[in-house]
Amino acid sequence: MAEIIKTENLTFSYPADEGQEPVQALKGVDLSIEKGSFVVVLGHNGSGKSTLAKHMNAVLLPSGGKVWVAEMDTTREDLLLEIRRQVGMVFQNPDNQIVANVVEEDVAFGPENLGVPTLELQKRVSAALQAVGMDEFSLHAPHHLSGGQKQRIAIAGVIAMEPACIVLDESTAMLDPCGRREVLDTVRRLNREKGITIVLITHHMDEAAMADRVVVMDNGRAVMDGPPEKILVRVEELRAIGLAAPHTVELLYGLREDGFDVPLGALQVEACAKAIAESL
Amino acid sequence: MLKDITLGQYFPGDSLAHRLDPRTKLILTVIYIVTLFCAKSFVSYGVVAALLVTGVKISGVAPKALVKGLKPILFIVCFTAALNLLYTPGDVLVSLWIFKITTQGIFTAFFMVLRITMLIMGTFLLTYTTSPIALTDGLETLLGPLKKIRVPVHELAMIMSIALRFIPTLIEETDKIMSAQKARGADFESGNIFQRAKALVPILVPLFISAFRRADELAVAMECRCYHGGEGRTKLHVLRYQARDYLVLLAYLAVLAIVLILARFGL
Amino acid sequence: MKAIIRVENLIHTYGAGTPFCRNAVNGVNMEIYEGEFLGVIGHTGSGKSTLIQHLNGLLKPTSGAVYLGDRDIWAEPKKIREVRFRVGLVFQYPEYQLFEETVYKDIAFGPKNMGLETAEIDRRVRTSAAFVGLGEDMLEKSPFDLSGGQKRRVAIAGVIAMEPEVLILDEPSAGLDPAGRKGLLENIQAYHREKGTTVVMVSHSMDEVAENVDRIVVLANAGVVMSGTPHEVFSRAQELMDVGLNVPQVTQVAMELVRRGVDIDPAVYTVPDLRRALAALKGGRT
Repeated sequence: MAEIIKTENLTFSYPADEGQEPVQALKGVDLSIEKGSFVVVLGHNGSGKSTLAKHMNAVLLPSGGKVWVAEMDTTREDLLLEIRRQVGMVFQNPDNQIVANVVEEDVAFGPENLGVPTLELQKRVSAALQAVGMDEFSLHAPHHLSGGQKQRIAIAGVIAMEPACIVLDESTAMLDPCGRREVLDTVRRLNREKGITIVLITHHMDEAAMADRVVVMDNGRAVMDGPPEKILVRVEELRAIGLAAPHTVELLYGLREDGFDVPLGALQVEACAKAIAESL
Repeated sequence: MLKDITLGQYFPGDSLAHRLDPRTKLILTVIYIVTLFCAKSFVSYGVVAALLVTGVKISGVAPKALVKGLKPILFIVCFTAALNLLYTPGDVLVSLWIFKITTQGIFTAFFMVLRITMLIMGTFLLTYTTSPIALTDGLETLLGPLKKIRVPVHELAMIMSIALRFIPTLIEETDKIMSAQKARGADFESGNIFQRAKALVPILVPLFISAFRRADELAVAMECRCYHGGEGRTKLHVLRYQARDYLVLLAYLAVLAIVLILARFGL
Repeated sequence: MKAIIRVENLIHTYGAGTPFCRNAVNGVNMEIYEGEFLGVIGHTGSGKSTLIQHLNGLLKPTSGAVYLGDRDIWAEPKKIREVRFRVGLVFQYPEYQLFEETVYKDIAFGPKNMGLETAEIDRRVRTSAAFVGLGEDMLEKSPFDLSGGQKRRVAIAGVIAMEPEVLILDEPSAGLDPAGRKGLLENIQAYHREKGTTVVMVSHSMDEVAENVDRIVVLANAGVVMSGTPHEVFSRAQELMDVGLNVPQVTQVAMELVRRGVDIDPAVYTVPDLRRALAALKGGRT
């Protein structure tokens, strides 16, 4: 499969205050994200996961190493618009990424910037709103919507640019459980039905369980990489870097200590209960 | 509380006045103001007043709301009226101490008050029937040609629409910060003016910091959505003049013509 | 048990007389007992934010009353500030309210408003900073140079420094990563244990509530729908789901086990408890 994003020995340092050492946020990350995959990037605050995300559509440019988006080098300024069209970004605070006063106008903002003709724009806006299940809100004012709804509008705004990939930079961190579910269901559907690549940056372990692949960041490096049932079961290692395994895994881990013969990789509630019931 | 303040005095509706193209309404307002300044007599003022009344009737805006809107400028109106009343030379009617009231003075003052109130009411009619977004859009398109002489029309319109978008968010935030400081015993209601001004620091500092943070994040979000200025941008809704726009425009021009003709005959 | 706060038939109407009029809180009766750690659960729009702002007199009931001790807090409206010192309220994302030049001054804002002596303010700033895990070296720093988690601790210390009889926290761990969450909740637990202060924690995380509180009040549709120990509340899983809430993941596993014919308590809600129950079951079989 072709890759949509590829980083090669990516390093990045934030400019430091006078007289202080610059802080190296990324210390050599090699990562390639395949088209159509659903990747969750986990890590505690300050692990470098958001810095990594911001390299995926040239919001930040590497201090060292390379980043390619659809085989375009992100340092090429002439390709900047195309890079950002290919990889859309949804941020953490829903209030600070909505530009317009009316939902449909906001969704149109991206393609308007790309110079999409009016007729085509109208089609794209209604298709994008439908894709996130917000079509009935097209004429609403964004500040009257819930957090989850605002994030879905932000996702629609990205979809209207017809991207190959959406990066969600901690987009669920400020939402309540209902809002989180709304956003997660939406991106999962977009991934399955439209084949859009999803990169979800988060520190919620339960969100990792639904991914194809989990990348764990710590101290500026990608320290684990693999399918969730292989990664989320590394209880001790996860604890050591400030993360916590899902409760299902914690339970199975504990039961194994108690002499039960259960697998660790049963992440979902039903699978977990089934495994326990069978071991009794 | 702060939430109750209504900003932008737009009354949503579906009247002819609401449905007109915002550019038409801006032009109409200009014509209306010109007509008003050409009016010199009771007859011509009557014609303009008839136009205003018709406009208000069509818009369905409650006359009460228009009158209420006059409150903030009441002082200016009274002040100009008084000046005109007392300082217009002419045939003295009453003489009080150093003030002389003249017949001409009474007329000038009367027309002045009439002119200001009608001017304000006419512009209110525009803002009451046009949403701030439509207004911004209309202004941007109308002033478009100014781009040629390097007036940043698009940028100004963008600034205005983002300001409008963030006003409710910032009001909500102010409310929240105020409550949080009150919960720590902040007192905004007592003390002299200096103490009260000082009491605002715990609200203003967090509010500014947050506004800057929002501006920062919004700028990045806009860039991520390929924003690169007004060049090459298309629009979801393109303003298009309809038959009704031309008809209303003609009607306004007719009124202007009538007033000009009347003025010609000294009326 | 003695109630420290009692809410009687509380109704709060927003936008009375406008088309947007609605009751954000509609006929709430509840008690908060002295010395307990209470969890308040409800999804966004259930009225929980409106309710807690009544407990310290930031909002005035449209009808009904809030009693602190035996007194209606609005009996003397001029003394409502006293109530705010006795019932400390930490808002959601409280780090956005910091404004002083130094951490020390910011924490001192509340005690200063109380009109305390300099020495007493100093003592309170230092002890409350210690409670939230901020070292002495932090006190002279600018709060704006700290990390998000540290800023939040400063804001919480600012409320604790008023030494309130009841401490209310609205979503104290929202947006923090797992380690940050755990650390902060341990600090709050320790504060509750050592000071014996009544603590009310509003949350929408069932797991977090399950692990920390003595008693839960569930809010939905502007009213109280349930209250009791975590065990009592989680044994009514279906009712919780009907109002759009869930039970902790461990309880979900236990319920699924019961559905599969395993004979255990379906309302168990912590990993060690479920482990114990299963071990006992296995021991009994073999």
